[in-house]
Amino acid sequence: MTLNQEKHILVTGFGGQGIIMAGDILGKAATIYDGKNATMTQNYGPEARGGACSSQVIISTGDILFPSVSEPQVLVCMSQEGYTKNIKSLRRGGTFIWDTDLVKTRKPDATWKTYHIPATRFAEELGNTMMANIVMLGFVAAVEGLVQIDALRKAVLESVPPNTKDNNAKAFDRGCEYGEAILKGRAKQEESRDQA
Amino acid sequence: MSVKKAAKKPPLHPMDALLRVDRLPHIWCPGCGIGSVFSTVMAAIQKSEEDLDQIAMVSGIGCTGRIAGYVKLDSYHTTHGRAIPFATGLKLAKPDTKILVVSGDGDLFAIGGNHIIHAARRNIDMTVICVNNFNYGMTGGQQAPSTPFGAKTTTTAEGSPEEPFNFSALAAACGAVYVARWTALHIRLLTNSITEAMNKRGFSFIEVLTPCPSSFGRRNRMRTGLDLLTFYHDRSVIMNDIDPKNASLNFENDLVVGRFVDIERPTFMDNYQAVKEHQIAPWPPPGRKTVEEAL
Amino acid sequence: MAGQAVMTGTYFMNGDHACCEGALAAGCRFFGGYPITPATEIAERMSRRLPECGGIYIQMEDELASIAAVLGASWGGVKAMTSTSGPGFSLMMENIGLGLCTETPCVICNVQRAGPSTGLPTLVAQGDMMQARWGSHGHYEVIALSPSSPQEMFDFTIQAFNLSEQYRLPVFVMADEVVGHMNERVIIPREEDIKIANRRKPSVSPAEFKPYQADPDGIAPMANCGDGYRIHVTGLTHDERGYPVMDDATQKQMTDRLIRKIKNNRHKIIQTENFYLDDAQIVVVAYGISARSARQAMHEARAKGISVGFIKLNTVWPFPEELIRSLAPRLKALIMPEINAGQMVLELERCAGGACPVELVSHFGGALIHPSSILDAITKVQKGKKKS
Repeated sequence: MTLNQEKHILVTGFGGQGIIMAGDILGKAATIYDGKNATMTQNYGPEARGGACSSQVIISTGDILFPSVSEPQVLVCMSQEGYTKNIKSLRRGGTFIWDTDLVKTRKPDATWKTYHIPATRFAEELGNTMMANIVMLGFVAAVEGLVQIDALRKAVLESVPPNTKDNNAKAFDRGCEYGEAILKGRAKQEESRDQA
Repeated sequence: MSVKKAAKKPPLHPMDALLRVDRLPHIWCPGCGIGSVFSTVMAAIQKSEEDLDQIAMVSGIGCTGRIAGYVKLDSYHTTHGRAIPFATGLKLAKPDTKILVVSGDGDLFAIGGNHIIHAARRNIDMTVICVNNFNYGMTGGQQAPSTPFGAKTTTTAEGSPEEPFNFSALAAACGAVYVARWTALHIRLLTNSITEAMNKRGFSFIEVLTPCPSSFGRRNRMRTGLDLLTFYHDRSVIMNDIDPKNASLNFENDLVVGRFVDIERPTFMDNYQAVKEHQIAPWPPPGRKTVEEAL
Repeated sequence: MAGQAVMTGTYFMNGDHACCEGALAAGCRFFGGYPITPATEIAERMSRRLPECGGIYIQMEDELASIAAVLGASWGGVKAMTSTSGPGFSLMMENIGLGLCTETPCVICNVQRAGPSTGLPTLVAQGDMMQARWGSHGHYEVIALSPSSPQEMFDFTIQAFNLSEQYRLPVFVMADEVVGHMNERVIIPREEDIKIANRRKPSVSPAEFKPYQADPDGIAPMANCGDGYRIHVTGLTHDERGYPVMDDATQKQMTDRLIRKIKNNRHKIIQTENFYLDDAQIVVVAYGISARSARQAMHEARAKGISVGFIKLNTVWPFPEELIRSLAPRLKALIMPEINAGQMVLELERCAGGACPVELVSHFGGALIHPSSILDAITKVQKGKKKS
């Protein structure tokens, strides 16, 4: 039971992908630019690079007391291990988002909304796989609406090194546009199904 | 009450201005050489004509550590082995203060060994005076990192099975900009040396071979301070400027003393300031090939 | 923001970084430390922020050296701190004793991880609470605060500096891995709105000054190095002049004052946040990160109609003995959640004095205490069931 309208988000991947940074940016967007409260906690192993890691974000309109996320409503997977370890924790009716190329999924729960994006490939196309987390944030903003897209975009630009701002803005927009396109496509499908 | 009495008495000794006369008599044994070292330190301070408010003394634990309790300066008698890191904090917080660390060989090189090597490496601007009496005197004469191979102490009754450190060589290897070794007999040379060290910017180190008849001498057939001083007198040879690696304390032949190192090197604060102002060259420096070429 | 000691504004910041900003806002200008998970982020940020604020950061060779350098810097007249976690805290204990004995203001932030020994370096615990109280040898009183959020890391670090300066002793900020690594909103007020306390300086001439002669409130004015007082400072038992005196009378005089200067001022030092104590039949007492779980459990229990109150210990040492003693006789139970096998609960039990049962909700470290565990304990007490 939670006291306020809390949204629990778990972002998983491996060290070096910017998983913690993604959680930080999401929380920053909610806290600084979207008038909400947020906490971000992290789990990481002893390895500096390559080990499994996750960031847990709670976004709420009220006070957040217990900051751990054990049963997320939104699960973002950017590694196979992150998927295998955490998929069972996703709540019924939750949203499951993954990197198309990095995660092989089994049949998802019928109650989940599911979205995937080749975030790492897009980042590579834009010149740097390190921006996969930013592509993913843009995508999450578009399909899940955890925070205002503008707020998240501002938080991204505030958090990345100044000389990478332009590229990261492109990465964010790429993810965002891809998400919006998917939503449009699905809306059309539903429309045509309704008409049929 | 005794405080007031002492304060009213006219100065009895030329060093009274530097002494906490109300703390006398001191704890050192008859024949101990720490008093001589203390006198040379005070003489060097007087000679320096520094503002006494701007000199601080820091010591660790042991007989020598007690010097800080008798000197009328801002003086800090810290924990065993930690005089140098305490002095490091004090110096960096108050860079204009001259810092003297006076402590024993066990305090500085056994329990505090890690600190002296790093302070020398960083070239923290301080003068460290190590009273080396070859054992832990205060606790009754146990083996120290200076105890000569074969020497008897209460914990090496049949003779020490370990090789001792060469403190001067160690300090020099770690980056000290001034290194000297004297005995407690070399009063004038030692006093000059302390003055030089105090005027040196950076980490300066002076080792003083000092008699400890009560704990060390009597177990090694030198029962009085005079026995030990005679021993030092007969065996010490002055060899200035030699590599301290070769300045061995070879008790069969020579106890090499002298001023071994006197070099210039930027201090910690010099480099801290340079880095802060981006006044240092990028690393790695250009070699025969740049990093990119090498890769 | 570069160069500003007080970074007025609103941030989404982790607790370790908020600790640094609190320290800088409090006037800290010296940090001597050694990297250790999960406190490393404090050292890292200080290494960037202190030089730009005119201070000194030095990474020492170990924690023994770190705390020694901090004490030295404090005597040099500069507010100083270090940060560490369990293993480093253990190494610091001897010189924490020197700081207590010589009455040296400074701040030590312990971002706790699970022990004993190397334990779980990256995972949360609250296992050093008794070590903070009794870890150095001999008898003394300490002040320790326990933040439960990045905002409190900022606020309590300022308070820790203020208390250390006012009462002249090393003050502990007992954080933990989750608080240290958790990001949350941190509001840094305007500089003029931050209350700062500084050590009391001598008001008499060097000839009249006795470095350990206390004012009526038990606190002795402090002469920094170079102030012209030329004092002697020692970790040996000393008299008012600061001179070593090896006898039981001086030991009594010195130790008694070290204890009384904290005990007699405890009403000014102790800070708790109390919720629903008026109608509470069951009171949960918690500190640090576990206070968040406890508060949530309290809300959930009250939503079920159970009269639960909550005491959040902002200072953990000194312990609010009088508050607990006055409450216990009318309570069904006191409950304490903590991430250890039961430490502060011993103090809670002592203060309850048998007037009501005291229940421990414990976890050995590596994870937070879930509010549901506390709620279970509340429910059991409410139903009159004995804890198994």
